[in-house]
Formats: sequence, C-alpha cells, structure tokens
Amino acid sequence: MTTAPQATGRQIPDRLMSPTRRALKSWEMLLFVVAVGIFVANSLASPYFLDPWNLSDASFNFTEKALIAFAMAMLIIAGEIDLSVASIIALASTAMGAAMIAGAPVPVLVAVGLGTGVLCGAFNGLLVARFGLPSIVVTIGTMSLFRGLSYIALGDGAYTGYPAGFGWFGQGYVWWVFSFELVLFALFAVVFYVLLHRTNFGRAVYVIGNNATAARFSGIRVDRIRFMLFVLTGLMSGIAAVCLTSRLGSTRPSIAMGWELEAVTMVVLGGVSILGGSGSIPGVVIAALVMGLVTFGLGLLNVPGIVMSIIIGALLIGVIALPRLWRMLRK
Amino acid sequence: MSSLLKSREAILALAILILLALIASRFPGFVSPLNLANVFTDTSPLIILALGQMVVIVTKCIDLSVAANLALTGMIAAMMNGAGVPLPLILLTVIALGATLGAVNGLLVWKLDIPSIVVTLGTMTIYRGIIFLLTDGKWINAHEMTEGFKALPRLIFLGLPIMAWMAVAVIVLTVVLVRRTALGRAFFAVGGNAHAAVYTGISVGRTQMAAFVISGALAGFTGYLWVARYAVAYVDIAGGFELDVVAACVIGGIAIAGGAGTVAGCVMGALFLGIIKNALPVVGISPFWQMAISGAAILIAIAFNSRNQGPKGRIILKKAEHRA
Repeated sequence: MTTAPQATGRQIPDRLMSPTRRALKSWEMLLFVVAVGIFVANSLASPYFLDPWNLSDASFNFTEKALIAFAMAMLIIAGEIDLSVASIIALASTAMGAAMIAGAPVPVLVAVGLGTGVLCGAFNGLLVARFGLPSIVVTIGTMSLFRGLSYIALGDGAYTGYPAGFGWFGQGYVWWVFSFELVLFALFAVVFYVLLHRTNFGRAVYVIGNNATAARFSGIRVDRIRFMLFVLTGLMSGIAAVCLTSRLGSTRPSIAMGWELEAVTMVVLGGVSILGGSGSIPGVVIAALVMGLVTFGLGLLNVPGIVMSIIIGALLIGVIALPRLWRMLRK
Repeated sequence: MSSLLKSREAILALAILILLALIASRFPGFVSPLNLANVFTDTSPLIILALGQMVVIVTKCIDLSVAANLALTGMIAAMMNGAGVPLPLILLTVIALGATLGAVNGLLVWKLDIPSIVVTLGTMTIYRGIIFLLTDGKWINAHEMTEGFKALPRLIFLGLPIMAWMAVAVIVLTVVLVRRTALGRAFFAVGGNAHAAVYTGISVGRTQMAAFVISGALAGFTGYLWVARYAVAYVDIAGGFELDVVAACVIGGIAIAGGAGTVAGCVMGALFLGIIKNALPVVGISPFWQMAISGAAILIAIAFNSRNQGPKGRIILKKAEHRA
C-alpha cells in the first residue's frame, strides 16, 4: 500500500497441499506447539504447576473470556467487532444484583443475566444491521452506555449477598476437578465448532466476511445474520456475566474491566483475521488455553497483573506482526 | 439558510446553545463568562487530544493509545521534574517522547500493515504497563513536584490560564495544518480514497504515520499539562480517556470511515462533552451519570451523521483499499 497498488490477487497453486500437510503447516498447529511448549516450560519452572487442582483453578483465568471469544470470533470473521462485551457483563451483573435484592430465586437471576445480555446484543445488532452504522463506533458508544448504566445504578457501591445456590455456576464442580465453567467451555467449544464449520449459517458468516455484497447477491440475508451474531455475542456475554458474578459473589460497576481487549486478543491469537473472512474455532480454543497457561504460569512466578497485560498486549501485536515481518524478510 | 441548517457544525452549535440555555434556565451562574472560561480550561486536554485524534481518524485509522501515552509521558515528566531537570527540557522531552510513542503505532500500521485498532489496543496496554515497570505502581504526589512545574498550566495570561491558551494554540495550528498545508490535504486524500491518493503520488502509509506522530506528540504534551494541573501522576491517570476523545470526534462529525471532518466540529464535540461533565454536579446529577451520557451522545451523534451521509456505513477495519 505504500507503493502503487500491485496486482497481488489470489494465486491458485498447481497442486493443492495434502490435507495432512496443510494441517501440519496451519496456524492452529503452530499455536498447539506453543501451548505444549508453555505447558512444559511452566511445569519445569514451578513445582506447583503440574497439579490437577491447580490446573483446574487456572482454568478460571480463561473460561469466561473464552465463552465471549467464541462468539466474538464469529463476529470478527463476519467483518464486525463488538467492543461492548465487557460492559454487557457489567450491566447484566448489575441487573442480576438488582433482581437478587428484589428477592428473585436463582433460576430467575440466571434468566435476568442472560436476558440482559441478549437485549444488549440486540441493541448493538439493531444499530449495526438495521441502521447500517459501523460496528466499531456503535460498540464504543454502547461500551460507555452499558457500563454507564451500571454506574448510575450502583455508583461506587456494590451488590453482595447472592444466595448460596447461585455460587455453583462459578465455583461448583461437575465431577472431580472439572468445574462447571470448564465443562461449559468444552461444551460451547463443540457447539460453536459445529455452528461455524458444519452449518449453512457458519458458511454464510465466512461469505459475509469476505464479501458482503456478493453474499447479498447470492441470497444470504446479510443483515439478519449480522443481527443474530450480535445477539449471540450478547448472550455469551450474559453467560459469562452469570459465571463471573457467581464466582466473585458480588457486583461492582467496574467488573470485567478491559475484558473486551482480552477477548479480541484471544480471537486474533487464534488465527482469526481481524479483517474478517477467515479463522477457526479450534484456533480460538487453543489460543484460550495458551493465554490461560501464560497468565497462570506468570502468576505462579509472582508476576503482577499489569505486567501480564503488557505481555497480552505484546502478544496481540506480535502474533499479527511476526508472520508479516517474516513474509517481508523473505521477499 | 437551508444549507446552514444542514451543516453538521451548525446543528452541533445549536445543540450546545440549547444545552447551555437549559442549564442557564435553572442555574444562571453556569453561563457567566468566568465559569464558561473555567469549563473551556477544564476541557482543554480533551480538545487537544481530540484534534490529534481527528487527524488520525481522517486518515481512516484510530488511535486508542492516546490516554496511555498521556499517562506515560506525564509520569516521565514528573520523574524528570523530581530529578531536577529544567522545565523547558521536560517540555521538549514529553513532546518528543509522545511523538515517538505515536511513531511506534504509525510504523506498525505503515510497515506491517496491521489494522490501527489492533495496534493501538495493544500499545494502549503496553504503554500503561511500562508506567508500572518504571514506578512499581508508586504515585508521584504534589509535594514531590516543584512549584514551577505545577504552576505553568495555571499561570493566568490575558485572563485565561496557559492551559486554555495551549488549547487555543493547538486549534489554530490544526486549522493551519489541515487547510493550508500539503500534508493536511494528504490526510483527507488518504482517508477519502486511498487508491486515488496513491495515484496522485501520496504515500498512504507515510501519511498515516504522520497522523499518528502528531496525535502522539499532542498526547505527550497533554501528559505534562495533565500531571502539572492535577499535581499527581500514577499508573491509572486518564484511564479510559481515549473513549472520551473518540467520542468528542464522533460527536463532532469526524467520519469514522475517514476522509471527512472539520476542526470546528471536533472542538465543539469536545466542548459538548466538557459542558455536560461540568454541568452535572451543578445541576445536582451524580457524576456517575457521565459515562452513560457520553455513550448515549456518541450513539445519537453517529445516527445523526449517518443520516446526513445517506446509507453508507463502512467498516473501519481497513479492507479492500488497504490490501490493494
């Protein structure tokens, strides 16, 4: 783009790579190797790492964020983005807190959390799909709006005193070391894998991300799918809000601050193109594991949180920059 | 007359006047010249940063790292002050350092062709993290700063503090840059149509890099003003301020798809937010309303802007043009 536009269109090779070779050279494979490397390095660096209970604890680092990242991946593949996810968590959590004060039982609390997420997502989706506004500004706006609403409700206060049964979603274990959140993570990994890679809906998401106009001409209801993706992202944020609120046992308006960055990082690290049109769910799953392992490993080494955020920021830029640097140097 | 009514700036000016009239109807003291001058001074950092952001957005990028840049340069200014460095040298350093941090963003966008939103989301956390590495999370408080360091932004000159004059100076400089220089035209050309810009001999990447350097330098300078005025420096100063800055631009009618926007709109966008922020405590509304109000203002503004532009919602994540 610095020189005159060159014709670098897609080239079709004479022979396609065999599926095994393609799998071996894929981004997911590289990530997987990195994940294994970090796992080994961590188990050498700290004697406390290779303990099933410690590892299970560590999974809380990424499960909630990964739930959002799955939906965010589909949204980014479709060429949109949602920066308001963390604020949706704040608002959903606040709504649950208000319901709890009003004396609602646990199932109602969960319904309120999920419902708030869906409503927020639908609001974003309406503005983007119905009114044709750019998703990045819309969600920067709703990012302030949603969290702002929870600041109005709570100020510098907090909702505490959730009923005991509510704690299970964030603290409970389904079987042995497998927490409810971890099971939820695995379950949604499968659900999103099927949705994105095995259904017409998933194909349509890729088509929209590559060429929305062509998608419209081939009979895909582009705006409806965009709307649904935003609702889905809202719903996943609602689920994350239930888990996080249950795990913390309290709601403050600053809950989940900065998570949008981590969710986007997870998605991009997972090999989803930020320009839309390509990426996969297995990539995001491994990226979630990598980020979880890095944060947990650094935590064991007593690295403070803000230093971890430097590393996450560097990871975000690095994973995009390195392949490009590599290609530049090879030319 | 009808074209005047359709102009975004006129609508915004009208909105500001209505807002002021509403406040004045209950609290006439708010619109006294002295108080309005205070509001302007208080909004100065937002105006300066919004103008830098405007230049970046016009080239079809976005700079989310401005607040982190401000916090880092502000901290370094405070540390240099503690080490006894004279003020003029501090000022030069913060501007140069801010420009360098901006250049890092610009280089990544230019040379590696990474979307600006990803680059600046990343550098935003990195820059703030560096403050922690430098200070171990410690604060630098008022008593650790020299009087001269703290006094400069508050110094009154012709009835207004230096801080406000700095905003005025940046407004004038930006107007000159945008309307009277080749670089200024290049910003709009690149954001309006990157392909056409290349054919007219403009380097898209270099122009975007220049925009990031300007935004960074202004953020660096604001870093000093901020720390000196509030007389405190720590990791989280101006946390989330980048959103206010983007909000000011969006409200001011700077097209997020690039290529369109005016300095007047941008300044009024910042003033609109500044007036709301200053009016809330006067009107007796909890300051916790601020965040939701600016969010709502962003949404209303983009809905308004898109109506004026017709059905043309484009994605900021740079697509076809950029890949060429």
